Amino acid sequence: MFRIDRRLIKNFDWITFSVVIVIVLIGIITIYSATRPLEEGVSSRFYLKQALWLILGVLALFMMVSFDYIWLGRYSIHLFSLGIILLITVFILGRVGMGAQRWLSIGPISFQPSEFFKLIYIIMLSYQLSIMNSPLSTISLFRLFFFIVFIPFILLIKQPDLGTGLITILIFLSLTLAKGLHRKITVLLVIIGLISLPFLGSILWEGLRDYQKSRLIAFLEPGGDPTGIGYHINQSKITVGSGKFFGKGYLNGTQGPFRFLPEKHTDFIFAVFAEEWGFIGSFFLLSLYVVLILRGLNTARNARDDFGKFLALGITLMFLTYFVVNVGMTLGMMPVVGIPLPFMSYGGTALLSNLLAVGLLINVRTRRFELFH
Amino acid sequence: MKKESERILRISYIVIAAFLLLIMRLWQLQILQGNKYRELSEVNRLRIITIPAPRGILFDRNGIPLVKNSSYYCVSIIYGEFNSGKTDLLAKLLNIPIEEIREKLNKEGLSPFTPIRLKQGLTFNEVAYIESRRSDFPGLIIEVDASREYIYGSIGSHLIGYLGKPNPSQFKDPAFKDVPPDAFIGQWGAEMLFDKTLRGTPGERVIEVDSLGRELRLLKENPPVKGEDIRLSLDINLQKGAEEAFGERAGALVAIKPDTGEILGLISRPSFDPDLFAKGISYKEWIDLTQDKKRPMLNRALQSQYPPGSTFKIITAIAALEEGVITPETKVECRGGINYGGWHFGCWRREGHGVVSLHRALVESCDVYFYELGKRLGIDKIYDYASSFGLGKETGFQIVTERRGIVPNTKWKEERRKQKWYLGETFNTAIGQGYVAVTPIQMAVMISAVANGGNLFRPTLLKDATPIPSGKVKAKPENLEIVKRALSGVVNEPGGTGWAAKSEFVSICGKTGTAQVVAMKGGSQYQAERFRDHAWFVAFAPAEKPEVALSVFVEHGGHGGGAAAPIAKRAIEGYLKNSEFGKQNQNVSNRSQTD
Repeated sequence: MFRIDRRLIKNFDWITFSVVIVIVLIGIITIYSATRPLEEGVSSRFYLKQALWLILGVLALFMMVSFDYIWLGRYSIHLFSLGIILLITVFILGRVGMGAQRWLSIGPISFQPSEFFKLIYIIMLSYQLSIMNSPLSTISLFRLFFFIVFIPFILLIKQPDLGTGLITILIFLSLTLAKGLHRKITVLLVIIGLISLPFLGSILWEGLRDYQKSRLIAFLEPGGDPTGIGYHINQSKITVGSGKFFGKGYLNGTQGPFRFLPEKHTDFIFAVFAEEWGFIGSFFLLSLYVVLILRGLNTARNARDDFGKFLALGITLMFLTYFVVNVGMTLGMMPVVGIPLPFMSYGGTALLSNLLAVGLLINVRTRRFELFH
Repeated sequence: MKKESERILRISYIVIAAFLLLIMRLWQLQILQGNKYRELSEVNRLRIITIPAPRGILFDRNGIPLVKNSSYYCVSIIYGEFNSGKTDLLAKLLNIPIEEIREKLNKEGLSPFTPIRLKQGLTFNEVAYIESRRSDFPGLIIEVDASREYIYGSIGSHLIGYLGKPNPSQFKDPAFKDVPPDAFIGQWGAEMLFDKTLRGTPGERVIEVDSLGRELRLLKENPPVKGEDIRLSLDINLQKGAEEAFGERAGALVAIKPDTGEILGLISRPSFDPDLFAKGISYKEWIDLTQDKKRPMLNRALQSQYPPGSTFKIITAIAALEEGVITPETKVECRGGINYGGWHFGCWRREGHGVVSLHRALVESCDVYFYELGKRLGIDKIYDYASSFGLGKETGFQIVTERRGIVPNTKWKEERRKQKWYLGETFNTAIGQGYVAVTPIQMAVMISAVANGGNLFRPTLLKDATPIPSGKVKAKPENLEIVKRALSGVVNEPGGTGWAAKSEFVSICGKTGTAQVVAMKGGSQYQAERFRDHAWFVAFAPAEKPEVALSVFVEHGGHGGGAAAPIAKRAIEGYLKNSEFGKQNQNVSNRSQTD
């Protein structure tokens, strides 16, 4: 099972690996700037913690590359069951963090099971899709939806972790579309979707928490209440815009450390970066992400088998979604949904699970020429 | 398989499109709107707090402080941090009308990070109450500002003045461009006249604040520069004594140092309480003040003009002596009036003064004598002399816009009334009635010129200011001496109309006057007050070497000798008792006591 041979090292996807590491390092120096203390003598450890998680994550990444990903497929049902159990545990035991039950503590370590669940979910979905006939029959589609998507979606929404919940749906839809549906089913789904949209909208609206509602309202009318929730959006735009072409220079940003920007080292990390490095730096950073994503899509296209294809596609689409939604939110193009920027936002569990996901991507690419065992 | 690869390729195009969209948005925010956001990010982290400069202190001529600087609390809101949904709660908390807050917050061009003053002059209890609820109102801050306390209250308020917010035209005036938006500037009296000197330069504290308005670091501090102190020519003892002597009566007083033009005292009553303005006058209070029927905001010393009455006889007398139409010994018989052209021109004493010379005519203020002088001089000669005493034109005291008064002549009547001049009108003018109108300050300058040998000075409020000559009276010293002797007689001789000004302490010279409101028969004291005559008194002292000259005007005071002379006496004594003159005479009297 664990084989490291010369071919593995030769085919290792160094481009994806180095792009990711550069992004994480940029993230760490930006976290340092965003959380640098104003008073002397007080030190902030966020960047150190993130660096430790990076080391841990890189080890996990190599571990993830070391075995053939097919084994994950074979144990996907076990993994998935474990994931659901963890989500239920969070639901029952989880301590309240940031107004949402997302955290689970084992001894001194707290982590967010939902972060790892995304990965497990993609593995499960990809494996199930790979063993089904193409195009998908209606029965298969509904079976997939109810057993793999619906239960975790409800559990995630209840946490509430709307961001992750919506991403599971999005990945499901794109992967099934990639697999291919009967034209009739596609048309039917679109029609059902259009008809139920208003109802779904109102049900969703009723189900939203107050802060979620106000975020939506604030997005639609950011000037309406400059001190309230629209504040986040306005401040983020000010932070990004004030960077101008060349940026204010590293450690010269003022919006983050002076606490004008909320969540500056997590969800709004891109704003802090854009303020200090300007349009030039932002262009470079966004290009890195695009390289990563296009490379991921390329991996999917050239994958050895269907499972690898769906795996690479699912992971890449997850990164894409997080990336576009987070940057879009930071730039005031989307409502504040509170999802982090992969590899940059402060958060150990997320970094670890994202590096694990990159490991899987590299795994698929590295083994694209290998034969089945 | 092939189909799936194509689908994935299509996703790549979507990725590139999304990337371009994000880049375009970045371009918009950072390049197109970059300057705007850069500026916003600057105000975001900096808060500029102006520290008011302590205003210069106004002292009276003897170094007695007239004003005090004190501080007071006010509450302001930083709009950028305020939740406008809470305006009604805020209005309740501060106990001010909600419209007032809305109006202040809706002003255009306000920086969202500069505090907007909502209420000033809070009591300590109010401060404590607001402070306890402050966390409910983000952006609400309590500031300390400097205020002015007027030690003598309404005493001398027209002269000392008051502070107020700049009015719209002052806002645009470059002279006030360094005045902070909530600061007060001098709007009246000396506070206005010397505002630039008194104001000083406000300081600035530039602090870094976070989004909750918490101060993080002091970036820069420019200490304020205190305004310069000013020693006014005003003598508060004179002012206070005279205002007390006025009592409830309306009128004006102007006291001048004859050899320099320094204003020693200036009264316009009724007056106002400058403390009303010090903490920001409310709209209602201001309307009450300006619409008060007694017109407390009118500076009667400069802005009211009345016929000078018999005080004008000083001018007629000098004109007659100078023109040679009489000698001091020229005698006229007064039988209580003369008839001319079918009209009767009465003397104030119905029974007549008998045969009088110039001296007696001035002492007893015989009207008939001056009718005769008027007849001999003609109106245009009277006009020349009155003009040379500064009547009919501004004195140049810039404390408020002053009125010029009227000195009529034939030309004036032709132009204004399109009529020829009648001799009867000359009679009236010769005794200071009819068309002639003067302000109290003009009369003070006039009597000051009589006292100092004929020199007119522009009145000034600064002690030891270089005198600014504004004219020279056409009068020979010997003629002035004749008149001065007569003016001494008015106060000190038996039968003198100014007997009420006679002082044990100093020899006072003066002249009474009565300005008719309506022609009345019977004793004026029986009439309703609003028809009663105005009382005048012009005086100077000491007779030998005048140190103070003044004019007193009492609205509806009745006879000048009765109403105005005692006020003049009180003012003169109040001034001289504390001056060099007073000290020397004190020593003399002390010595005589010990002998």
